[in-house]
Parts: sequence; structure tokens; C-alpha cells
Amino acid sequence: MPEPFVKTSSRVISIPRANIDTDQICPARFLKITDKANLADALFFDWRFTPDGARRVPPSFIDEPHNAGRQLLVVGDNFGSGSSREHAPWALRAWGVRAIFSTSFADIFKGNCLKNALLPIVVSAERLAALQALAVSNPDGEWTVDLESQKVTLPNGGSFAFEIDPFARTMILAGTDEIGYVLSRLPEIEAWEATHPARVETGEPRLGREGVAAR
Amino acid sequence: MAERPRTLVEKIWDAHVVSSETGAPAILAIDLHLVHEVTSPQAFTGLRERGLKVRKPGQTVATADHSIPTLDPSLPILDELARKQLAQIEENCREFGIPFYGKGSALRGIVHVIGPELGLTQPGMTIVCGDSHTATHGAFGALAFGIGTSEIEMVLATQTLLQRRPKTFKVEITGRLQPGVGAKDIILALIARIGVGGGTGHVFEFAGDAIRALSMEERMTVCNMSIEGGARAGLIAPDETTFAYLKGRKFTPQGAAWEEAVAAWRKLPTDEGATYDRTIVIDGDKLEPMVTYGTNPGMGIGIGGRVPTPAEVGPAQTADLERALAYMGLQPGQSIAGQKLDVVFIGSCTNGRIEDMRAAASVLRGRHVADGLRVLVVPGSQQVKKQAESEGLHEVFTAAGAEWRESGCSMCIAMNGDQLEPGQYGISTSNRNFEGRQGKGGRSFLASPLTAAASAVTGVVTDPRTLPGIAGHAAVSHSPSVEAR
Repeated sequence: MPEPFVKTSSRVISIPRANIDTDQICPARFLKITDKANLADALFFDWRFTPDGARRVPPSFIDEPHNAGRQLLVVGDNFGSGSSREHAPWALRAWGVRAIFSTSFADIFKGNCLKNALLPIVVSAERLAALQALAVSNPDGEWTVDLESQKVTLPNGGSFAFEIDPFARTMILAGTDEIGYVLSRLPEIEAWEATHPARVETGEPRLGREGVAAR
Repeated sequence: MAERPRTLVEKIWDAHVVSSETGAPAILAIDLHLVHEVTSPQAFTGLRERGLKVRKPGQTVATADHSIPTLDPSLPILDELARKQLAQIEENCREFGIPFYGKGSALRGIVHVIGPELGLTQPGMTIVCGDSHTATHGAFGALAFGIGTSEIEMVLATQTLLQRRPKTFKVEITGRLQPGVGAKDIILALIARIGVGGGTGHVFEFAGDAIRALSMEERMTVCNMSIEGGARAGLIAPDETTFAYLKGRKFTPQGAAWEEAVAAWRKLPTDEGATYDRTIVIDGDKLEPMVTYGTNPGMGIGIGGRVPTPAEVGPAQTADLERALAYMGLQPGQSIAGQKLDVVFIGSCTNGRIEDMRAAASVLRGRHVADGLRVLVVPGSQQVKKQAESEGLHEVFTAAGAEWRESGCSMCIAMNGDQLEPGQYGISTSNRNFEGRQGKGGRSFLASPLTAAASAVTGVVTDPRTLPGIAGHAAVSHSPSVEAR
């Protein structure tokens, strides 16, 4: 179960690149795992290593010692496009990222982030440009992201409010997830199902070769 | 009193809202949950940790497609992680009582190919899967979208999802496609027009004469890549083409129930006067075969065109363009046709259905692939494979020098050993040309099966209309679907 998240203060990493897709965030070959272990190592893997497996020179920003422990990313438009893999937010969280600033996030990725207490913070194009400039001019300034008050405070004294899905906010602040909420509504679901018969019946369990039943 | 006119999406949405509490997302009932080996293991682990069962195993079905080899299925799986993952889905399905079409099943295949061919996919349904190309099922007038692993666990546990009502985006393709132009070219043209984030927050509804004229297989190709335009789902209203495809399939209603179902499905199309949040109209008459030149599916041009220059894309996109062209090893302003290739991949949930196999075979029949070129033809399912073999298509491919393989996602996602090598150029009928998507350092051009097959013959990116005797895609693929049922 996730821990409650209320606010954090951290230096930022700026990646001024648009349309960063989930294959960049976590390449598909790292999707053969059956758990969530070691995904921090997969984060932006192909940006960090050559196809031969050698660390790139100069090293990717992820491998720069001064970036270790930074929890906030400032990225270009349309972050997280592509596949539905939740491994992408898992990898970001495993590495330590808690919030990402962009003008837009791909829908599935955004939903996956919220389910992992990783905040996708949408800002205007003008604000993003200002944030990117700030990350360059004051690379070691601490930013504070406060989910409770929905406010970001910048090292230059500025601050701004951000929007986030209110239901997801409640879940993240409480450190709970949605399954418990929906299970508490099971009587309504059952009542609905009583008047809406199943549209398909996928049939007897079968495994492997046709006709070999599962149980 | 007349009801408010509604769109197809609104009708399906309204029919599946179990409850909507103020401030919370709606609880949306899910009719069908498709499961595969890659995105589900952690969801089953979550169920075990909570002590929960799969609530509706009879509305759930699983297969193995992403990490499964496309070699002879009697061979052992050498990749230890893939082998473990494939064993895990089998074990999970056994433990939780989920029907599973695994290695060795005649009904196994890519999850988005088998759902429709088994008749599990039906109009008006809500369908989800831990895969972004779940939009494919929208071709039947179903609200179908990809979900993450947390949501997989939610659906397994409750057969519902918490969702906010999506905005609607009508995509009208007018007119009639020219010979040699097909469904893949429609969707690549749309994405090139609106960009990879153009549909974010929306659900597409594809309409217009050019869409109506498409077969179900072609409609699936269009809807499949909705996500590449940023839309989580893409739908086409059901019609006679839809009903003809579905009739008599393994899981479609039979007898009187069939008539009842069709009568209900006829009420699904968008009402006269209903409005959309956004609309775009594209002239289908003017479309040409499309091919991508860059590292996202929005970087596409007509095959007769030239790679754009920084001046053409403007300052906001110059950095993206330059990075993409550096990765691709292409020059601004160069022709895309004539670009040298190392590999051709024909398959995937985008273009791995029987009509795609037929289109590719129509080009390769009596021809040979270019020297030094590797050509993989990977059917989307074991049923597609069987049907293609019954039509002798596999002999066309192998005689031409192409590899004819078992079904699976294969080189679309390069998880199973089928992949581009660093620096190689591939033309691919799949859906993503992201950096490294088809293999570390691999460079992908996305195109239709006709274009990929024509390029296989010449060894360079080739407009299929330039090969003598190539019938237009329309002529190739508008024959009635006769694949195995």
C-alpha cells in the first residue's frame, strides 16, 4: 500500500524535450519482470547506455552525481505518450521522482502516475518556459510541491497554484488506493449487475492446448 | 419528449455508469477484460496480497502475445525472464480461474486480434486491457481503452473502473480512398495532422464515407492507432459490415439472441444533432500512402514527399525534428522514397490480420525480396496463420524469401528476440517508431502492408503504386472476410 504524500521540497531536473514516450522512460525489454524490482535501473536506460551497454560519455543527466536524489522533473510537452506500461511511473518513483511539470501528459500515463502518488502537474506553455529557465539559472534551488494546498513554491520567491484530480488528491494525501473505495460500493455494483446481464461469457477455463481445463 | 441527441460514446458511457458520486469519478462497469502476460503479473500479486479473487472470471480472458517467441512453438523458450513471465500468466489464470489461450492453443494470438476474431468484442461494450492498443476494439463501436496495472487489478477485483467522462473528437474522412491507399494511411495522416498529443483527453469517433467503406479489418487498423494520436479510444459506429463480420463467431450471440443483439446495436450510432467537443474533416480522396520519417508516429509524410526542414516545422519543433533526424540518420529535405532498408516487418495488432497478410502477399506473389534484406511476416493470431496457410499465402511469402512465423507481437515491441539491430533501418506495419522501440538503436519507418511489401521487393522505401500490377488496397482488401471462425 502507498504511503501518504503531502508535500516535498527538492531541487529539480529539467529535460527540455517534448513527446518523451514511455519507451524512453522504461524500454520494453525491462517489461519481462513479474514484480516491480530494480526498475530504477531501467529509467531512461537507452539515454544512459549505448546499444553495446557502455555508459554514455558524457553521462546522461540521470547519472550525473549532482542530480541524485532530485525528486522533481520539468519536461517538454506531452510527456508519457505511448504504451500503457505502469512500469514507466514505477521506474520514475523507484528512482525517486515525486512530481513532473509539463504542459500536458498522455492520458494513460497520467492516470498511472496518480495511482502511484507521482504528481503530474500541468502548467501553461508560458509557465513551463519560465520553469525551464529557472531550472537553468538556479539549478540548485529547492522547489516545494505541496499537494495539500495545491501550491508550488519556487526558490525565487514565486509560487503558483496547480490543479489535480480532486479524487486522486484525496487518495494520495491519505495514502490509500481506489480499490477499497470501489469495494465499499459493491452493493451498488451488484444491484446494477442484477439488471444488466453480462454481455459475454468467456467460457470454461482452458489452458494451453484446447480442451485442457484449468481446474 | 425527445431525448437529447447523444454520440455513440455518450450512449455507451451512460449505459455503463454504475454510480457517480459528486466529486468522485464514475464507477464504470466493464463488460470484457482482456489480459496478457506483460502488464498483469503485478496485478495478480496485488490481489493475492489483499486476499481478493477475480470477481468475474467469465468476463475475463487471457492470452500470451508480447514476450512469446514467434519460432516453432515446440522449441523451448531460451529467454529466462520471458519463460518465467509466460509461466506466470498460466499459473495466474489457473489459480484465478481465467480462460487462457496460451502457447499451443489454436486460438492464441495478439490480444487485439483474438478478441474480435472470437467474437468477444461486440458493439456497445466497454472493453479494457493493460495495453494501449485496446482502442482497436473500438472498430466495432465498443468503448475500448488501455489501462495500467493498478487499473488491471481494479478490474480483476471489481469488474469496474473509476473513470471521468472523456471528451469527444469527431474525425470525419470524406470521399473515397485512391487505389494503393488504405486504412493505415488514414490514421498516419490524421496523426501527422493533429500530432501525437492532438487527441489527449478525448475519444475519437471516426466517421465519413471513406470510413464506412472500410472492412472490419481496416477499421481495426484505424482505431488501433488512436492512442498514437493521443486519444485513449477510437470508435466507429456499428453497421452492416460490423454485423456481417460478427455473425456466427465463437462468442457472439446465436439464434434469437443474435437478432435481439443486432436490434440493440442499431441504436448505438450517434444521433442526428449530437455535438462533439472537437471535429476535424480530412479529404480521403487526397490521401496518399504515408510513411514516417522520425521518432514518433506524428512525424509522417506522403510517400512522395520530403523530410521536412526546420524552417517548415517552425522554431517550436526544430529541436524535436533535429533530434529525430539525427537518430534516424536522415537529412532535412531528402526524399523518403528510396531510403535503404535492412529489415521489413509485416504484422502486429495494427496490421497482422488476414487482410493485411493478403495485401502483403498480393505484392510479393511472383516477386522476390531484395538481396540482403530480412523480411518477417508475423500473423496476428494462430487463426490468422491457419487461414493464411489455407489460402497458400505462406508459400507466397516463403517463395519470395520472407520468413513466415508463429503469431505474436514480435518486432512491434521487440520483447521476444525479434528486433532491429543497432543502426538498422526497418519498415514496419506496426504502430510505433519511438527510439529503440523495435530494438536498441533500431530505426523504424511506419507504413501500410502494401508499402512495406513493395519496399521488401526493392530494398528501399517504395510507393506501392509504382510497382507494376499492384492492385489498389481497396481492390485487395474489400473482399468479404472469410477467416477462420
